[in-house]
Amino acid sequence: MSAELPRRSAAELAALLASGETSSVELTQAHLDRIAAVDDAVAAFLHVDAEGALAAAAETDRRRAAGEELPELAGVPIAVKDVVVTKGLPTTAGSKILEGWVPPYDATLVERLRAAGLPILGKTNMDEFAMGSSTEFSAYGPTRNPWDLERIPGGSGGGSAAAVAAFEAPLAIGTDTGGSIRQPGAVTGTVGAKPTYGGISRYGLIAMASSLDQAGPVTRTVLDAALLHELIGGHDPRDATSLPDPLGPLAAAAREGATGELKGVRVGVVAELGGEGYQSGVRDRFAESIELLRGAGAEIVEVHCPSFEYALAAYYLIMPAEASSNLAKFDGMRFGLRVEPSDGPVTAERVMAATRGAGFGDEVKRRVILGTYALSAGYYDAYYGSAQKVRTLIQRDLATAFTQADVLVSPTAPTTAFRFGEKLDDPLAMYLNDVATIPANLAGIPGISVPNGLAEDGLPTGFQVLAPAREDARVYRVAAALETLLESTWGGSILDRAPELEVAP
Amino acid sequence: MTETTTALVPYEDATTRYDTVIGIEVHVELGTRSKMFCPAPAVFGEEANTSVSPVSLGLPGALPVVNEAAVEYAIRIGLALNCEIAETCRFARKNYFYPDIPKNYQISQYDEPIAHDGWLDVELEDGTVFRVEIERAHLEEDAGKNTHVGGSAGRIHGAEYSLVDYNRAGIPLVEIVTRPITGAGERAPEVARAYVQTLRDIFRALEVSEARMERGNVRADVNVSLRPAPDAPFGTRTETKNVNSFRSIERAVRFEVSRQAAVLDAGGSVTQETRHFHEDTGETTSGRVKSDSEDYRYFPEPDLVPLAPSREWVEEIRASLPELPAARRRRLQSEWGFADSQMRDVVNAGALDIIVETVAAGAPPAAARKWWMGELARTANERGVALAELPVTPAHVAELQSLVDAGRINDKLARQALEGVLAGEGTPSQVVESRGLEVVSDDGALLAAVDEALAAQPDVVEKIRSGNQGPVGAIIGAVMKATRGQADAARVRELVLQRVGEG
Repeated sequence: MSAELPRRSAAELAALLASGETSSVELTQAHLDRIAAVDDAVAAFLHVDAEGALAAAAETDRRRAAGEELPELAGVPIAVKDVVVTKGLPTTAGSKILEGWVPPYDATLVERLRAAGLPILGKTNMDEFAMGSSTEFSAYGPTRNPWDLERIPGGSGGGSAAAVAAFEAPLAIGTDTGGSIRQPGAVTGTVGAKPTYGGISRYGLIAMASSLDQAGPVTRTVLDAALLHELIGGHDPRDATSLPDPLGPLAAAAREGATGELKGVRVGVVAELGGEGYQSGVRDRFAESIELLRGAGAEIVEVHCPSFEYALAAYYLIMPAEASSNLAKFDGMRFGLRVEPSDGPVTAERVMAATRGAGFGDEVKRRVILGTYALSAGYYDAYYGSAQKVRTLIQRDLATAFTQADVLVSPTAPTTAFRFGEKLDDPLAMYLNDVATIPANLAGIPGISVPNGLAEDGLPTGFQVLAPAREDARVYRVAAALETLLESTWGGSILDRAPELEVAP
Repeated sequence: MTETTTALVPYEDATTRYDTVIGIEVHVELGTRSKMFCPAPAVFGEEANTSVSPVSLGLPGALPVVNEAAVEYAIRIGLALNCEIAETCRFARKNYFYPDIPKNYQISQYDEPIAHDGWLDVELEDGTVFRVEIERAHLEEDAGKNTHVGGSAGRIHGAEYSLVDYNRAGIPLVEIVTRPITGAGERAPEVARAYVQTLRDIFRALEVSEARMERGNVRADVNVSLRPAPDAPFGTRTETKNVNSFRSIERAVRFEVSRQAAVLDAGGSVTQETRHFHEDTGETTSGRVKSDSEDYRYFPEPDLVPLAPSREWVEEIRASLPELPAARRRRLQSEWGFADSQMRDVVNAGALDIIVETVAAGAPPAAARKWWMGELARTANERGVALAELPVTPAHVAELQSLVDAGRINDKLARQALEGVLAGEGTPSQVVESRGLEVVSDDGALLAAVDEALAAQPDVVEKIRSGNQGPVGAIIGAVMKATRGQADAARVRELVLQRVGEG
C-alpha cells in the first residue's frame, strides 16, 4: 500500500489517517522514498529534512492516538518553497547570498503547518528570490518538469509544482508575486492558488515585492488547495497588511463546485487575455473548458479590461522598485554570505559591494538596478508614480468587469512548458509568461490555475479563474467544477497522463 | 582632528552685518515599552544585541507592525506643539546603505508626516517670548549604534574594526522640524537653545520620553545661514549634526555665525554641508559635502497600511494632555505670588520642581524659594552639582522652615542646621538635637547668663535704669555670645528689663 500512497490526494490521505488505515510516519516515509527515487532527476528539493519530517509525523501520530482533535490535514506531509523561512531548516530563496543560513524563526504559515501537525518534507527549488518563470535562475540549478525533463517546470515556484506533479509531496507551499504559483501549476498539470492579497500572512516570506507577494497552496486537486488555504490563512497580527476578516468556507466551496453544477454563475472571458501570442493548443483547451462551464449552467460573457495592456510594464516597475529596497538587507553584515574585497581596504561599504556582487545572480542584479533607477529622484513620478496609476486603472477595469461577471477566466500561461535555455537570453520573452497572471497581483485579487488538458505538444495547459478580493470561495467553486467536468471528459486526472519517471535504483 | 585655521569674525561684529537664520531638527526617542515596529523591548544600557527581534535585526522575511503607543505619543507631541494631526498619513522607506541600519532602509515618514503646521512659544531668559513655527513632526525608527575599535578616539577613520549594537535599532523617534527661524537677530543662539530646552520640558511633561540629553534621548541638528539683511533671500546653510547639550547648541550657532561671516567677508561662499560640533573646542568642522545631493529613493512603505488616527482618538488624546510647562509656570507664579523676576530666576536656576516639592512638603513658597535660591543654590554652585543632587531633600527644607516658624531655631541656627544636613548628619531635627542648636528659652539658664552680663557692665545697667533702653542690646549681645547664639533673644530682653527694674 505505501508505494501507492503518494498518488493519492491530500484529502484522501487525510481520510486514511482519520480512519487509521495509515499513519503519518508511513505516509511521510512513503514520500521520502519517492523523493529518494525521483528527485535526482526532477531536482525539486534544495533540502530534504527526513529526520525532522519523520519526528513531526510521529508526534502527530501520537497526538491522534491520544485522541486529540486534529485539523483535517494533520499528518499529511508537505513541501515548502525555499523563500519561506523555517526555523532550524536552511532557507536560501534560491540564492548563493543566503547559502548556509538557518533562520532562527518560523514564518507564520510554517508555525501554522507545524501546529497542525503537517510534517515538512523539505524546501523546494525556485528562481533566485522568486525572480523568474522557469527556475533557471536558481543559484542551485534548475528543477525539471516531470512531464519532460528537458523542459522548465515554470517559475518561480517550479520546485513546489514539480514536487507535487512528481508525487514527491501531496501538498506544497508556493508564493506568487506575478504568477509564481499559477504559471508553474499550468505547465506541470497541477493546481496553484494565489489568495486575495492579505489572505495569508507574509510574515516570514522573504520579500520580493511586498505589495504583490502572496503565499498560497500548490496541490493536485482544487479541494486540497482549499483545505490547505484554510489551514494557513487568516489574520496575523505580525503582518500589517493581513486582512482582519475570516477567510470564508473555501473547502465547502470546492465541494460545492465538485458537483459540476454552475447554474446562474456568470463567467467573464477576458478579451485581452487570449488570442494572439497564445499557443494554439492553449487556446483550444481554453475554448473547450469554456464550453464545459457553459454546459454546467454557467452564463458566459465577454469582458474587457483595456488597461491590462499596461499591466506588464507597470509590474516591471513596481516589482523591481520594491525588490531593490527589499533586497538591500543582503549585505554580508548580519547573516548569509560575506565576501571581502579581493584587494584594497576592507571597509563596510566594500564588503557590502563585494558580497552583493558575488552573491546575487544576473536576474536579481538586473531587477535591483531597474528598481533603483525607477525610484531615483527625478524619475520617481515618471516610473513608480505612473505605474501606481496603472495599478489603479487595472483595479477599476476589474471592478467594472466584476459587475458583469462573478468570476473572470483566461488561460493561465500563453504557452506550455518551454525547453531549458529557450528564453534565458531574452528577458522580455521570459517576462511575457506572466502576462495573464500579473493583473491579479496588481489588483490584489484571488486567482487559481487548474489543469485543463494537454496541448498539441502533449504538455499540460492551465485555466485561470479570478474573483474579486475576499471572494476566494468563488475561484475554488468554479475551478472545482471545471476539474470535475474535465475528469469525466479525460477519464481521470490529467496528471495521470504524465509519463512515469524513471525510478532511481 | 579639528581644523585650526578656521577664520572667525567676532560674534558681535558678525551680527551687525549679517542677519542669522536658523532651523532646527530635533529627534526625540520615545519612551515606549517596545520598539517602533516590533515587540522587542526599547531599553537603554543592556548588553549589546540582546534587545532585538527578527524585525529589528532586519532578518529576511520579518515585517514591521506599527506600535500604537508610539503613534499616541507622536500625536501628544503634535498637539502640544499646536500642530494639525493628519487624518491619514503613510510611512516611507528612506533607502541608504549603512551597517547600523539593519534593513539598509529606515522606515520614516516623507511627504505625509503625522503632525504638521504648528508653533511653539519659547521664553528666553529675560522673559521675552519668541514664537517658533513648526513645519512638521513625524515618526520614524532609530538606527543601531556603531562602535569603532582601534584607531583614534573611536572615530571610524583609522579604526581596526567596528562593532554594531542593534539594541537601539527600531526605537521609536519623533523628528520635529522647524520652519526657518527668522527675526531672532543676534539672539539666534539663545533662541536655538531655549527652543530645544522648551521641547525637552514638554517631552517630560507629556511623559513621552525621559528626554535625557546625555543619553542621546534628545538630539538636535542645527541649520544656520546668514544673509546681509532681514529682507534678503536666505543664504546657503550648513547643518551641524547631533549637538547634544543645550550649551553646545548655543555655542554651535555662535560659532557658525562667526565662521560663515568670515567666509562671506572674504568674498567666499558658504558650502552646503553637514558639520560636526566639537565639545572640547566649541568649533564645528566639515563633515559630508551634500553636493552629491543624496538620493534616498523614498517610496511609500509597502509593508504598512496608511495610518489614520480617528478624530475621536485625537480629541481623546487632546483632552488628556497634561498641563504644559509654560501654563504650569504661570499657574504656580500666581499661586505663589512671586514677582516676574523672581519666577524667572527660579526657572533659570532649574529650581522650579524642587520648590514645588518643598511647598508640597509644607513650606511656605517664599521660604522655599529663599532656601533653594539662596543658601542651597550657593552650595550647589560651589560643589558644581545640580540642586537635586545635593543631599538635602525638599522634605528637609520644609522641616527646617517649620523649626524656624515654631521658634525652635532662628535663622542663624537654621543655617547651621542646614550645614549639618549637607554634611550628612541627618534630618534638620536630628542635627538640631545632636549639635544642640535649639534656642534656649529656659529662664533658669538664661537668668544666670543675664545676671552675669549685668554684673559685668554696671555702667550699662545704670543707663537703662535711667530710662535709656538703647543699651539693652549690648546686654542681649553679651548673653547671646555667652550662649553661642542659642538664646531666645525676645525672652532675654524681657529678662534684662525685669532684672534691671528689680534692682
